[in-house]
Amino acid sequence: MVSYILKRLLSAIPVLLGITIIVFLIMSLIPGDPATAILGSYATPENVEKLNRDLGLDKPMVQRYFIWLGNMLTGDFGRSFSLNRPVIDEVLERFNATLILAGTAFTLCSLLGILAGVVSAARQYGFADKAITFVVLIGISVPSFFLGMMMILLFAVNLRWLPVSGMFAIYGGGDLPDLIRHLTMPALALAAVATGVIARLSRSAMLEVLRQDFIRTARAKGVPERRVIMGHALRAAMVSIIPILGIQAGFVLSGAVYIEIVFQWPGVGRMLVDAILKRDLLLVQGGVVIVAACYVLFNIAVDVAQSLLDPRIKT
Amino acid sequence: MSAFFKLLFRNRLAAMGAVVLSAILLLVLITPILPLNDPDVTATADRFKRPFSEGHLLGTDHLGRDLLSRLLHGTRLSLAIGIAAALIAATIGSAIGIIAGYFGGRTDNIIMRGVDMLMAFPYILLALAIVAALGPGLMNALIAVAAVNVPFFARNIRGITVGLAGREFIDAARLAGMGHSRIILTELLPNVLPVIVIAMSTTVGWMILETAGLSFLGLGSQPPQADLGSMLGEARSAMISHPHTSIVPGIMIFLIVMSINLLGDGVRDALDPRLRSGALSRPRATTLVERVGDTPAATDDLLAIQDLETQFHVGQRVYRAVGGVSLAVKPGECLGVIGESGSGKSVTALSVMGLVASPPGVITGGAVRFQGEDLIGAPYESLRRKRGDRVAYIFQDPLSTLHPLYRIGQQLAEAIKSHHKVSNAEARERAIQLLNDVRIPNAEARVDNYPHEMSGGMRQRIGIAMALANAPDVIIADEPTTALDVTVQAQILTLLDDLRRDRGLAIIFITHDFGVVAQLCDRVAVMYAGRIVEEGPTQVVLDAPAHPYTKRLIACVPELGGGRRELDAIPGLPPVVDDLPAGCAFAPRCDKAQDTCRAGTIALAGPSSRAVRCLYPEEAI
Ligand code: SF4
Repeated sequence: MVSYILKRLLSAIPVLLGITIIVFLIMSLIPGDPATAILGSYATPENVEKLNRDLGLDKPMVQRYFIWLGNMLTGDFGRSFSLNRPVIDEVLERFNATLILAGTAFTLCSLLGILAGVVSAARQYGFADKAITFVVLIGISVPSFFLGMMMILLFAVNLRWLPVSGMFAIYGGGDLPDLIRHLTMPALALAAVATGVIARLSRSAMLEVLRQDFIRTARAKGVPERRVIMGHALRAAMVSIIPILGIQAGFVLSGAVYIEIVFQWPGVGRMLVDAILKRDLLLVQGGVVIVAACYVLFNIAVDVAQSLLDPRIKT
Repeated sequence: MSAFFKLLFRNRLAAMGAVVLSAILLLVLITPILPLNDPDVTATADRFKRPFSEGHLLGTDHLGRDLLSRLLHGTRLSLAIGIAAALIAATIGSAIGIIAGYFGGRTDNIIMRGVDMLMAFPYILLALAIVAALGPGLMNALIAVAAVNVPFFARNIRGITVGLAGREFIDAARLAGMGHSRIILTELLPNVLPVIVIAMSTTVGWMILETAGLSFLGLGSQPPQADLGSMLGEARSAMISHPHTSIVPGIMIFLIVMSINLLGDGVRDALDPRLRSGALSRPRATTLVERVGDTPAATDDLLAIQDLETQFHVGQRVYRAVGGVSLAVKPGECLGVIGESGSGKSVTALSVMGLVASPPGVITGGAVRFQGEDLIGAPYESLRRKRGDRVAYIFQDPLSTLHPLYRIGQQLAEAIKSHHKVSNAEARERAIQLLNDVRIPNAEARVDNYPHEMSGGMRQRIGIAMALANAPDVIIADEPTTALDVTVQAQILTLLDDLRRDRGLAIIFITHDFGVVAQLCDRVAVMYAGRIVEEGPTQVVLDAPAHPYTKRLIACVPELGGGRRELDAIPGLPPVVDDLPAGCAFAPRCDKAQDTCRAGTIALAGPSSRAVRCLYPEEAI
């Protein structure tokens, strides 16, 4: 197992390099003088000159890439001009908030989605199945940002159950219950679409598995139906559900950008949008590379989980 | 094609989606000629008018602009941008995919590596990076969304192209001296195009949503120009005081996405042949029972199948898989049930414990009595208690009948724990004991293996061990040796025979092989087209088969008759059981058939324990 994890980690290196190359190439699309574009309204002559030196913009592209890569490897992602602090510090701090939001949403959509899919499959064409299918259809069709806004209207403005936005109350907040109260709506809004997608695919994965011969064997042994469904069938279905979870994690992370805007969540998505609007491109560049790298690592964790579940995978 | 649309519109939801989407498209197309207010004319005095107010059907926004007009123009823009992004992504992505798939080798390798890397990003990061570099704006948002979706097309189209590139017509074109670009354009593209169109139709909704999303973030369309996303984004600040300005564009996005989703689902269902045949339905925990007629009276047999009728209901068609079968076993007895595939022998066996997959299976008549108690229609829990405990099954092909992800020991232990309260340690010990019983060498180690780590013969022993786990009274073995080679088969049969003698097990042995029956069974019943056509003590039937079908079956067995082992050596095919001929079902293949044979139902007749269903039997019985 350890050697398998190491192997997967090694195989991530070219992907990570690829990510930096792609980001580098995209950033070199910047029209006009990059230093001026990057600095935008912060472009004093001294700043432009300093940045030109920092980025080595006078050097050829390939060399520039390696300088940038080398800097990143030492943890130096440059300085954000709009915030006047190192990019890495800002990104890590914001990423923390995003992880809380996206992590909660991901846990929610995995649990709810799989549960809904299993119930739907076990009660195929029954009332529960039809009800779930209907809710799922609505869920995957509402844009998450619109859903978030409607939730605010209903639960925060009209019913006053939950706070409108933010991560903590400004006065007297900061503890866990406060976080949970602030987290509930954004996490649900963020989880909605992925829950629907996971529920759908789990349903068909379960239906596929329930027709297999080994399910008949389990029933022939006298295994109680609840265990046939939640044990035998679900376990086998997880083999095809887990990769879906990996893909949906990417969508949850993407959706977090909208949800962070709608709920004023101090995460990395909101930071990126702000940075783009302020043309703080070093911050964008660093944020994108760091988040994408974390996502690659997360996918390795998914692969490892898959190999733990399925002994037929050669480790 | 018309069949496809029929299927599509049989799906009411898909039809609904099509109607909504067409309505929106139509509205958007005629927007320029509708008598609408100018979407960009501001009137501060008329700010935030509510819907249905004078002159503004949907009210006005924060600058007093007419919402209906803005909505329709915004929808127009959103759809145009989304569709444009889809077209661009499809064109570039497909071109990349075709080139990679057609040329293969290193070109393919390098291109697909790049595609994989693009796909390693959560999509929005890539889009944000592109917008960041190019600057906010609707065109740049369009470029970003298109670029993010290029890998999807590249990967899908490459897959299709690889399949096509190896086909003869491409080779032929090459031999004819056509250049690469001509082959791609005239030979490949026409074949790939339908796939591109389908891929596009499934992603266009997504791209509309993504461009709207970027506009919502303020990175897409810039004021005063507005698409649905930026309308929603601008309305957000006034959401609490004037929610209608948010709700109007939000619902429009919802309607567009939902109608595209519904339509897409319908298309997918109509294209997927498995869904078409209704095969993707899960079997229930027990077979459905819709019994008509009386239940036969109890007998003193250990297990008695009485006038059993099991059917498959597929759409309007009814397949009579088992048409009134009666069989019985006593303790220590082995009964062979023999027939070709499709004769209903397996369905008979599975009906006993309600294991026929349902849908489509339905038990429509008769009874199955275990120690006198009727199991057909028995409550689930009472049936479950007997499954594997009193009546156990051994199935064919243990690679698919054992759970691939549980260890052998776990599967054996579970068989025990489903019926008895035992500790994990005890169950494990018992599992090892069982493995020893079925003569698996090195049981202590084997117990922790997974099924895929064992040979076919070993796996079949596991199947037997599992059936023995609770020392049942009856074992129903459904072709347990078919997948095995002759030596292993002989070992397994000996094993079963020993167990029967040692433990007084009753065995019902389902097979298509008279050789196996001769070796193991006291009595035999021959099935044809869902009915028993002959039964009797094995030796008697072997020596003097009365039914022409039995005679031919025996002639097929090498050790016994000198012919081939395969049953299909009998000319003709068994009848389809949804359309049985009147009278003898074997008549079309029987060389002794007379007109009288086809006239009416022929009874299974004979002295006790020896019977035949034939008007002109080979031997008098
Ligand atoms: S009843 Fe007639 S057709 Fe049928 S097996 Fe006997 S002889 Fe042949």
